[in-house]
This record gives sequence, structure tokens and C-alpha cells, in this order.
Amino acid sequence: MRDVAILGVGQTRFGELWDRSFREIGIEAGFRALEESSLTSRDISALYIGNMASGTYIDQEHIAPLVLDYSGLSGHHLPAVRIEAGGASGGVALAQAYLAVASGLYEFVVVGGAEKMTDVTEERGIAITSSMLDHEWETVFGATMPALWAIVARRHMFEYGTKREDFARMSVMDHEMGSKNPLAHYRSRITLEAVLESQPVAEPLNMLDCAPSSDGAAAVVLGPLDRARKFTDIPIKISASQIASDTMALMHRRDITTMDATVLAAKRAFERARLTRSEIQVAEVHDPYSIAGLVALEDLGFYPKGKVGQALAEGEIGIGGKIAVNTSGGLKSQGMPYGAVGIAQVVQIVRQLRGEAGENQVSGAVAGLAHNMGGTGATAVVHILERAD
Amino acid sequence: MSVARFWRETLRRYNLGGSRCTDCKTVYFPPRSVCPHCSTHRRSIGRMEAFQLSGQGEVFSFTVVHEAPQGFEMQVPYVLALVKMVEGPTITAQVVDVDPNSVEMGMKVRAVFRKLREEGPEGVIQYGYKFAPIMRPVAGVHPPSDSEK
Repeated sequence: MRDVAILGVGQTRFGELWDRSFREIGIEAGFRALEESSLTSRDISALYIGNMASGTYIDQEHIAPLVLDYSGLSGHHLPAVRIEAGGASGGVALAQAYLAVASGLYEFVVVGGAEKMTDVTEERGIAITSSMLDHEWETVFGATMPALWAIVARRHMFEYGTKREDFARMSVMDHEMGSKNPLAHYRSRITLEAVLESQPVAEPLNMLDCAPSSDGAAAVVLGPLDRARKFTDIPIKISASQIASDTMALMHRRDITTMDATVLAAKRAFERARLTRSEIQVAEVHDPYSIAGLVALEDLGFYPKGKVGQALAEGEIGIGGKIAVNTSGGLKSQGMPYGAVGIAQVVQIVRQLRGEAGENQVSGAVAGLAHNMGGTGATAVVHILERAD
Repeated sequence: MSVARFWRETLRRYNLGGSRCTDCKTVYFPPRSVCPHCSTHRRSIGRMEAFQLSGQGEVFSFTVVHEAPQGFEMQVPYVLALVKMVEGPTITAQVVDVDPNSVEMGMKVRAVFRKLREEGPEGVIQYGYKFAPIMRPVAGVHPPSDSEK
């Protein structure tokens, strides 16, 4: 296995992109990443795309050759692979591409993530999101994604004395960060009171605890680290790329307040990277619901159970704090185009490590972590990235 | 959901039919053909037996759903819970016949047979289990005797 570096990153704006098609956003993200790397499309050996549900969102499957074709690359007859892992589709796609380059099979690859979610009605959107759950034994009985995360929240409050405000603060933080991200879906700040008073979705979660349905795409270009300096000034090394899984349904978990897949993906990743938690300056955590972000910060090993709320309230989590989290705006503010999320997280960490994160820059950031998750935690992916210049 | 797809699970959804590993005796719902505890030993394969759950359990955690999926709109606000069964498994289901604000962690419940939803005007009507509180006698209030019914 050889070391793998990220040579370029690209991302579209996230939001309700009614004037843009799935293939358009996919192509934009890919070419932006290629341009940054100073590679040309002729140098590319394969394309990987993370996408959860194009078949139900836009009645279009078989999207990998579609995007490759409209990128003008059909004549190269490259391998084009689509990966589906619910909300973790992007992260799992990156892990597969990483393996392909690390093994020596491919030299340079483009990994994209894309989702077009706003072409369907809200009712249809709920059904598609629920398809990440166990349809036969959760959805049929009235479960929805926010309902199951609300059940996690209620148990977390019961076991650890977590307060309603503790996870509401994740949303407030996401919006504070996202207000400075020009690509974010929502660039407005929100107050704690606004979260607590927004309309209930599944108690105790309100509308402002829930990330939006978004359109968007993101992409990165990978290549061998030993050739990276030729294509980029600041190569970013992928120090670890780890996937873990768990029972499909929340009801079958060992403990519903701990996502074991996240715990194990993180454990394996930190061992592989030979880093400790305190050596990570920036992290992007998967928070489709505010409570999920709080639980992720515990499960990744950054905080003990029940201590995240206080750290958020006291500003220990944030720019200038112990660790900066979701400087992109997270899923709540930057947006949640399912297949693109895992790649967009990595795009943001790369920008941080290069010192290109604008107003949300964490000074001196040299190592970062991206945590991507599917469903209620049946899949979790952790990537650890480091500056390698 | 197609008629056949719902129909093939009706035995489990109507009667809480689970399975039990004959090796380690762990009970599962829905039924499994391989025991997660014993699968590394391959001992459970072909040795899972049908197991009937009693329907008795308690609320492990819950939410009150306000934004319902298709087919559940008329039921909001409804309680969705994880119910820990006395035999071991935990089940995702609604808790009904109760004021949503009075549901508590640890509340004792029993399975009841109810209509789950209709999938539109032409869709199949789906039936299955929900849970209801186990009534405790209240001082001064007596259940009607047979002659009063």
C-alpha cells in the first residue's frame, strides 16, 4: 500500500438549485477539483461517484457513466463506479477510490458525491430519506429518520442528563459557521431560542434541529503522495480511511446512545494514522439532526458521554477553542445533499489544512477528521487528513 | 408497498412471531435465520426455531411524531417508541390509547392489533402491532361488570 494524497477539491453551491440538473452539478464539482490539481482529464484513470438515491429522486440510475459522458470523457472508456451507502455514500466512495490508488491499481482518480433532492415533493422526500432505514420493521410502523434520532435524543437525556439546549447548540454553531461559507445552503445565523421555538418535527427535535434537503455536488482528485508535489503546492495526505457498520435498525443496537460504527471507524482510523484526538484541530461531523452531531463528538472520542453540551456552551468547541467543528456549516447550514455530504466534509478539511478556509480558518491546522454516517448509524466512515508539504 | 410484500410478513406483523437460537437461547424479533451471537461458530445455522412473543414490554425510549410520512398524516401527533419486550428483543412501534404527554420511560405496555395505515385510495390496508399501556386500577373507579356492558 502506498500513501495517497488529495491533489484538488471542488464543490458547487448547496441549496435549492432549481435551474441546474444533476449532471450539471456533478460536472461542475469534478472539473473544479481537476482544475485545482493542474491535472487534465487525460490523466484520470477512473471516476467514483457517491450517490444515495438518484433512482427515486430523479428517476435516473446508472449515473456514473452519465456524469463521465457529459464531462466529455466517454471516449476514454474509463471505469466509472457509483457507490451507495445511504448518507455515507460520499465517504464510502472516497474510501473505495483511496483503496484503488493505494493499491497501485489506478494512478489518478476523481471521486465525486452528488445528490439532487429538491425535484420531489416534501412527502416523497420523507419516503426517500426513510429508505435508509429498515423499511419492513421501522418505516412500516410509522418511523421516520427524525423520529428515530428523537428517540436517541430522549434516551441520551434520560441516561446522561443531557439538556434540550445541549443539542440545540449544534444547530446554532452550524449556522454561525455556515453564515461565512459562500457555498452554504443557509447563510443565516440562528439563535438558541429560535431552535427551541421552531415547530416540532419529532419531540424533542424541532425543525431547526433538522438539516435541509439540498442539491449539491463535491469532488476531490486523488493521486500517489510521492508524485503529489508536481500537481499541487500543498498535498494533503489521507492518513486513514476507515469504514465500519452496525445493525440496520436502531432497535437492534447494543446501545442506542452510542453509534458503535462511529466508535470503531474512529478507533481504526486513529490507530492507522498514529495520531491522538488532541492532535486534530478541525473536524467535520455528520449531523443530519442536532443530536447526531453531539453523539458523534462523543463517539469519535473527542468528549466523554454527556460533556459535549457544556463544551459547546463554553466555546471550547469552535474556532480558537480546543477543536473547531463543522467550519463548513455542517449538514444543518451548509446543506445535506446525501451523496455529496461525505465528500464536501473532506473538501472543507482540505481547505482548512491548506489555510484557504476564509473567515472560518483555524490558524495552524495541520490535521483534520471527517465523519460521515448513513441512516441511524448502520454505516460510519472516518477519514483523517494531514498536511504533507 | 405491494400486496405480496406486505402479505409475506403478516404472520410476524399480526402475531409477533419471532425466533430463538436453540444454541444460546437468545430471542429475536423480527425472526432471523442466523444468530448474531453464534454465527461465528456456525452453530446456529439451521437451528433457529420459531418463538412466540408474549406482547408484554416496556417503553425504552420514545418520541411524539408531528411530521408524519405518507399514510400516517391522520394520526399525528402519535407516539413512536422502542419497546423492550420481556423476552429480550426491542421493537419499533407506535404507542396508542394514551395521551402522548403521559408516556414515560419504563411505562409498561402490551401489544395490540391495529390498522397501521392505508396506502392511498387504492392501496392495501396494512394491519399490525402497536402497543397500549397496561391499565392499572384507579382507586374509586371500577371496571364495568359483565351485566353493565
